[in-house]
Amino acid sequence: MKINVRRVAKLANLPLSSEEEKKFEKQLEETLEYIESLNEIDTSKTLPADNVTSLQNITREDEVKPSLSQEEALKNAKSVYKGFFRVKGILRNE
Amino acid sequence: MNNLNNLTAKQAREGLKEKKFSSLELTKACLERIKKTDNKLNSFVTVGEEEAFENARRSDNLISGKEDKPLLGIPIAVKDNFSTKGIRTTASSKVLDNYIPPFDSTVVRKLKEAGAVIIGKTNMDAWAHGSSTETSDYGTTKNPWNTQRLPGGSSGGSAAAVAADQCVVAIGSETAGSIRQPASWCGVVGLKPTYGRVSRYGVVAMGSSLDSPGPITKTVEDSSLILKVLAGKDDLDATTSPLPAGDYTESLMANIKNLKIGVSSEYFIEGIDKEVESAIKKAIKKLEGLGARIENIKLFDPNYAIDVYTIIQRSEVSSNLARYDAIRYGFGRDRFGDEAKRRIMLGTYALSSGYYDQYYKKAQKVRTIIIDDFKKAFDKVDVIVAPTSPSLALPIGASKESTMFGELSDVLVEPSSIAGLSGINIPVGFSRSNLPIGMQIIGPQFAEEIVLQTAFTYEQETLSEAWRNLKPKL
Amino acid sequence: MKYESVIGLEVHVELKTKSKMFCGCSVDYFGKEPNTLTCPVCLGLPGALPYPNKKAIEWCIKLGLSLNCEIPLSSKFDRKNYFYPDLPKGYQISQYDEPFCRNGSVKLSSGKKIGIRRVHMEEDTGKLTHTTIDGEKATLIDFNRSGVPLVEIVTEPDFRTSEEVIEYLKKLQQLVRHLSISNADMEKGDMRLEPNISLRKAGLKVLPKYKVEVKNINSFKFVEKAIDYELKRQEEILEKGETPAQETRGFVEESSSTVSQRTKEEASDYRYFPEPDIPPFVWKKEYIDKLKVELPELPDEKTVRLSETYSLPFVSAATIVRDPNLDKIFEETARIGQGSFGIAPIDTANAIINRRVNIENKNPNEIAEQISSARVKSQISDKELTRIIEKVLATNKKALEDFQKGKEEAIMFLIGQVLKETKGKATADKVKASLLAKIK
Repeated sequence: MKINVRRVAKLANLPLSSEEEKKFEKQLEETLEYIESLNEIDTSKTLPADNVTSLQNITREDEVKPSLSQEEALKNAKSVYKGFFRVKGILRNE
Repeated sequence: MNNLNNLTAKQAREGLKEKKFSSLELTKACLERIKKTDNKLNSFVTVGEEEAFENARRSDNLISGKEDKPLLGIPIAVKDNFSTKGIRTTASSKVLDNYIPPFDSTVVRKLKEAGAVIIGKTNMDAWAHGSSTETSDYGTTKNPWNTQRLPGGSSGGSAAAVAADQCVVAIGSETAGSIRQPASWCGVVGLKPTYGRVSRYGVVAMGSSLDSPGPITKTVEDSSLILKVLAGKDDLDATTSPLPAGDYTESLMANIKNLKIGVSSEYFIEGIDKEVESAIKKAIKKLEGLGARIENIKLFDPNYAIDVYTIIQRSEVSSNLARYDAIRYGFGRDRFGDEAKRRIMLGTYALSSGYYDQYYKKAQKVRTIIIDDFKKAFDKVDVIVAPTSPSLALPIGASKESTMFGELSDVLVEPSSIAGLSGINIPVGFSRSNLPIGMQIIGPQFAEEIVLQTAFTYEQETLSEAWRNLKPKL
Repeated sequence: MKYESVIGLEVHVELKTKSKMFCGCSVDYFGKEPNTLTCPVCLGLPGALPYPNKKAIEWCIKLGLSLNCEIPLSSKFDRKNYFYPDLPKGYQISQYDEPFCRNGSVKLSSGKKIGIRRVHMEEDTGKLTHTTIDGEKATLIDFNRSGVPLVEIVTEPDFRTSEEVIEYLKKLQQLVRHLSISNADMEKGDMRLEPNISLRKAGLKVLPKYKVEVKNINSFKFVEKAIDYELKRQEEILEKGETPAQETRGFVEESSSTVSQRTKEEASDYRYFPEPDIPPFVWKKEYIDKLKVELPELPDEKTVRLSETYSLPFVSAATIVRDPNLDKIFEETARIGQGSFGIAPIDTANAIINRRVNIENKNPNEIAEQISSARVKSQISDKELTRIIEKVLATNKKALEDFQKGKEEAIMFLIGQVLKETKGKATADKVKASLLAKIK
């Protein structure tokens, strides 16, 4: 099972050098080999366990609660401008 | 020079109430101990002296005013993945090196409301990705019993801090073994509550369908005391149970007559440390001697749980770690360590188009099989007893030997974590090399009372055993 | 026609609940200072968890019911994973394979049915503003909008013309306003639209192998322009024997054209998986039935009923139903008008539609009274009216001549003069009719 590390790293927004790509390819292949044994188990009649709690229909009432102040919201950011979070200009791309 | 930091929470509560000492003295004793021992152990990422003293003084005022709260004046250490308002929270990763949360996690809020004095944030495997605490970006924590050895993980800092009496009690979190396994390697009591029993709100997310915050303590009674404070539905966590919390302290008594205990040979896996095996078997005999009925049961091969856990956890991790983009907080994704990067990538791969059915969906199906397997077992028995870890505390550096180190070390605790069950580790003795050996007791969902009671009974019965007087040489 | 358009629509509607979809922050973000309506949840801080808004879900289901959808008895939220600065968690909580509503339909005035594939819930993203600061290009982010509840309505590719699209949009807008779940204002952004446009050879039944998504259409007047431009552009490519690229394009207002933004393929692989932080939903049939009963009478049904019950022209009934202010008071006012003042419902309708009476902050009683007194005022005897008309004609000989010569505007002048003399006691149409009768 050949894993395309470059493609996966791009999907995962992880900047990798080409050495890292090679290193991780080997390590990830190891892990994949390991989990192959799952295929030995017959799950043709089993449903996926989407939820281990058996809870259902958990919702809350439509009530307003206090928000953080602007200062608190911005406090940990490395770049802010007039109340906004600021990043390098991105191309007009929706 | 007092040894107040050696007290259990129960003893400390009594002493504070009887005015034998103050919370300030107790807190000072812990902080002194940290000053003297933490350059050797590295249990803490952040120590908050100022706030701790302030809170201790406040507690003392309340105590003299005859105010009583369950943890009033008790110094407590909190794993660094729990958000603490105004106090740096890093999850032991350099990505969050300067992150200061504007809010408290629900667990921390409840501890504060119960009067606890938070003295610091403990070291962990970065992002909770591990079973050694070696993957921390702030250096590894050492096992207090032998500083050439690992404390286990990912709550290694909390387990070491309790074992070394750097605090009275500590809080950890378990996704698959991260409370029980370090508790086992450090010789302390570690309780993983049922998933959904304690709120995850404010805990840096690792495996969303698995993460369970819980106490790491010196005694079983302390464990029940903390659980009582933390358990309950949270309006901020939709996965918490509306079932009322049990009264874990009141129901604690040393009686397991006719309790049906399941023992599965699958959990004495090939390659298990011989001393661990014999110690647990002896302990099981003791339980039998106390009136319990031991039944041999067959459980689903725990090795498959490794595969299930690996896939589900890494898939959830790959999504949970997506928010670290250095825009609103933290540093860039290049600061992720290798382990985090590997897990993110494997998770991304397992969820990606073309692979989802074969990996993620398949793993969730086998998860159902594991859940049903336990349900079947608990039709026959009340609790299951097994070794917590197949080995003693391993040497520093051991985790670097395999990319699957964590999952392999946690093979005996992964199945119960995957099924969202409750489990506790209690120390049962030491190896010839003076390393702690731990035993786990697993119960069905929301059966913490039986689990605690079984643990308490064993603990009380073995109070006079010689090894109970041992203390780490630091 | 050589080619046939194949158009499907994705419309996003912002719900006007009080709080956000997964947290208690207020949704009232319009005009507020940036980043003042956020919390750990909608800001994506470490450890924050989502908690679904009950009202938002109910409103989504009600909208689905109003669109004739099936409401599956089990449903869930899923994570849609992708990276973008306006998406704080690095994933959006949305719905993938188990939406709240599916398989509905909407009938257009032509009788044609538009299939509604699904109606589901998701959360809105933050807002980006692209700007230059001290010569450097920068993007500013405001998370006030992050987490606001959005309902997404996806149609089958059943549209063939931009007129059909516009009619559907207007109906949808009217529906959500009628249900009071959204203001659905395209200019304000609480209703957003993305058409998927492609062409196939006329007569073919298979779907074209490509489709182009168009974004950034901010008002009804641009919908037609965007679609028509796109259809023309694609036709030119097809005529060359090539296939248009599958991509996302943005509408440019200034030139009424579309420009390429990114290829749609790259954007895929959202790695959807069930949201582990939110337990699934399992509805009882009784609950869905209860929601159905709570639905107000829907616009189309109501229009027909008003028209039939009150003998109104269809257009008048539709006008009333379309305007919440008129819709609110019409029936009661008509009843009182008829019962207490002998006013025919059609006259009540005309009075309020033409704003001949003030309905703002007035109850039906007050409005009916106003209509009645307005009518009394216009009771002028035929004899008196004739006298005034003769007077006006006598003193405005030139205007009379002009009209008789064929100048139509002259009649308006004469009507005005007569109305002045009657001091508001006659209605314009009555005057016009009488004048014409006299001078023809």
